[in-house]
Amino acid sequence: MVSDQEVYRGLLDLDWRRRPGQSYRILFTYLILIVSAAVFLLPLLWMVTTSLKTQAEVYVFPPTFWPETLRWQNFPEGWTYESMQWTRWLVNTLTITFAVMAGTLVSATLCGYGFARISFPGRDVWFVMVLASIMLPSTVTLIPLFVGFHRVGWLDTFLPLTVPAFFGGGAFNIFLMRQFFKGIPIELEEAALIDGANRLRILWQIFVPLSRPVIATISVFTFQAVWNDYFGPLIFLTSQENYTLALGITFFKGLYNTQIPYMMAMSFLMVIPMIFVFFFAQKLMIRGVILSGIKT
Amino acid sequence: MNSRMRDTVQGYLFISPVVLGLLIFTIGPMLTSFYMSFTKFPLLRAPEWIGLRNYIVMFTSDRNFWQACKVTLIYAATSVPLGLVGAFILAILLNQRVKGIAFFRTSFYMPAIVPAIASLILWGWLMNRDYGLINAVLVRLGFQKFSFFAEPETALASMVMMSLWGVGAGMIIYLAGLQGIPESLYEAGKLDGANEAQLFWNITIPMMTPTIFFNLVMGLIAASQTFMNAFVLTSGGPLKSTYFYNLMLYERAFNWTQMGMASAMAWFLLFVVLILTLLVFRSSALWVFYEAEVR
Repeated sequence: MVSDQEVYRGLLDLDWRRRPGQSYRILFTYLILIVSAAVFLLPLLWMVTTSLKTQAEVYVFPPTFWPETLRWQNFPEGWTYESMQWTRWLVNTLTITFAVMAGTLVSATLCGYGFARISFPGRDVWFVMVLASIMLPSTVTLIPLFVGFHRVGWLDTFLPLTVPAFFGGGAFNIFLMRQFFKGIPIELEEAALIDGANRLRILWQIFVPLSRPVIATISVFTFQAVWNDYFGPLIFLTSQENYTLALGITFFKGLYNTQIPYMMAMSFLMVIPMIFVFFFAQKLMIRGVILSGIKT
Repeated sequence: MNSRMRDTVQGYLFISPVVLGLLIFTIGPMLTSFYMSFTKFPLLRAPEWIGLRNYIVMFTSDRNFWQACKVTLIYAATSVPLGLVGAFILAILLNQRVKGIAFFRTSFYMPAIVPAIASLILWGWLMNRDYGLINAVLVRLGFQKFSFFAEPETALASMVMMSLWGVGAGMIIYLAGLQGIPESLYEAGKLDGANEAQLFWNITIPMMTPTIFFNLVMGLIAASQTFMNAFVLTSGGPLKSTYFYNLMLYERAFNWTQMGMASAMAWFLLFVVLILTLLVFRSSALWVFYEAEVR
C-alpha cells in the first residue's frame, strides 16, 4: 500500500522526479493539457454564463458567449419562482445530510475499532461480508426496502434515508476507519487497558483525537454523497414539501422546461457548496479517491 | 468471565451496528427480493406465489426487456473502456515534469464533484439540438448540427460522450498508481537500452494493470446500474433507444407496482453482474500483474 506521504509528495507537493523532457515535448504536453482543461471547464463556465442571461438571449443561435447584461436577478427570482420551495428543500437536504454524517461517523468509528483492535471468532467473516457488500448492486435490496419502509409507515419521511447510516455507515467508511485504527501503536491502548479503562473510553479519548484526518475524509465524502444523492430521495420522498434540492431541480425541469436561466441558476447554486468543499478539503477528497482505488 | 469471552462479547458489541445493518438492510432484503421474484405482488395485496412466471414473461414475451438489456450492455461496453482510456491518458499527461500541474489536475477533477443532477441539466442544454453550445461549435467548424438526444440513432452515443466528462476521479486513481511505480525500474530499463515506448509498454502498463483492473470492475458495476441519465433526460426515448435496464425496473416497480416482476429483474441483473465480475476476475490472471508474484 502506498502511504499518504508518498502520495502527497508526488501528487500535491509537486516533486516531479521523472525524466527531464525535451522542450518540444513539454510544449506538446502543454498544448494538449490546455485544450483538455478548456474542454473540461467550459461546460461549467457555460452553466454560469447561461444562469446570468435573459430568457430571450438563451434562445438565439448561434449563442452569445458572454451575457449582454449580467442578470443577477435570475438567482433570487429562480429561488422564489411560482410554486418552488427552494428554502424548504435546502433545509431538508441539510437535515438529511447532517443526520447521515452523524450516523456514519458514530457507527463507522465503533465498527472500525471492533474490526481493527479486538480479536474474536467470526470477525474476519463479517469483515469480508462488509467488503463484499460494496460490490452488491443496490437494486437487489431496493424493492424489499421500499416495501418494508411502506409497511412501517416511513415512506415520505427522512427516516429511510437517514436511519440506515446509523447501522454501519457504509462499508467503505468502516474499511477506512479500520485501516487507520490498525496503524495506531498498540502500546497506547495496552497501557490504558491495564489501568482499567474500558474500550469505549479508550476509543473516545485515545483513538478519536488521533483520527482527525480519517474522520475529516469520511465527513467530506459523506457530505458529497448525500448532497448529490438523487435516487434515494426519488424513491422514498413523495410530497413536495419533503423534497431535497436534487429532486427540486427535476421538479422545476418538469414544470418549467423552458426557463433555462433559472434552471441553470438553481443547478449552479447546488454546485457551489461542492466547490467550496473541494477547495477547502482538496487533499482529503483526493486521498479518499485514491484510497478507494488502492485498497485491492 | 475470561478475557477471551470478554473480547468476543465486546467485539460483537462494537461491530453490532454493521452486523445489524447487514442483516436488516442487505441480507434480509436480498432474500426477500429473491422470494418476491417468484410472486405476483402489487404492493397493496399480499404476494401470491406464481413460480417462474415472472422470469418466463421477462425472457420470452416482454420485448422491452431485451431492448433494455441491449441498451445497458452497449452503454457499458462503450462508456467503460472509453472512460478507462480517457482517464489513463489524462493521468499520463499529468505525470510529467510540467509546471502548473495543480491547476490542470483541479480542472480535470472538477466535473467529478458536480452533483449528477446539475450536470445532467447542464449537458441536456449543451447538447440541445437547436440552441446548444456544442452544435454552435460544430456549425462554426463547418459541420452539420448533431441531433444528440433527439434522435434514436444518436441518443445513446450522446450519453456515452457525456459520461466522459466525469473521468477525473478515475484519473486521480491512475495518477496515484503512476506515482507509485519505482523510479528504479525505469532506470534499469534505460540501462538495458530501452526506448520510451518500450519503457511504457513493458513497465508502465504492467505496473498499472491492478489499478486498471480495479477501475474496470467498479466501472462495470456502476454502468450496469445507469438510471438517472435516461430518467432525467430522455425517459428512455426516443423509441426506447436509451431504455436502460434500471429505468425499466423502476417503471415496473413504481409506475406499475409490479414488485414481483421488478424483483425478478433485480435478481437477473445481480446474476449477470456476478458472472461478468467473475469473468473479469478469472481473466485477470492473464493480464493483471501483481508485483508480489515475482518477489
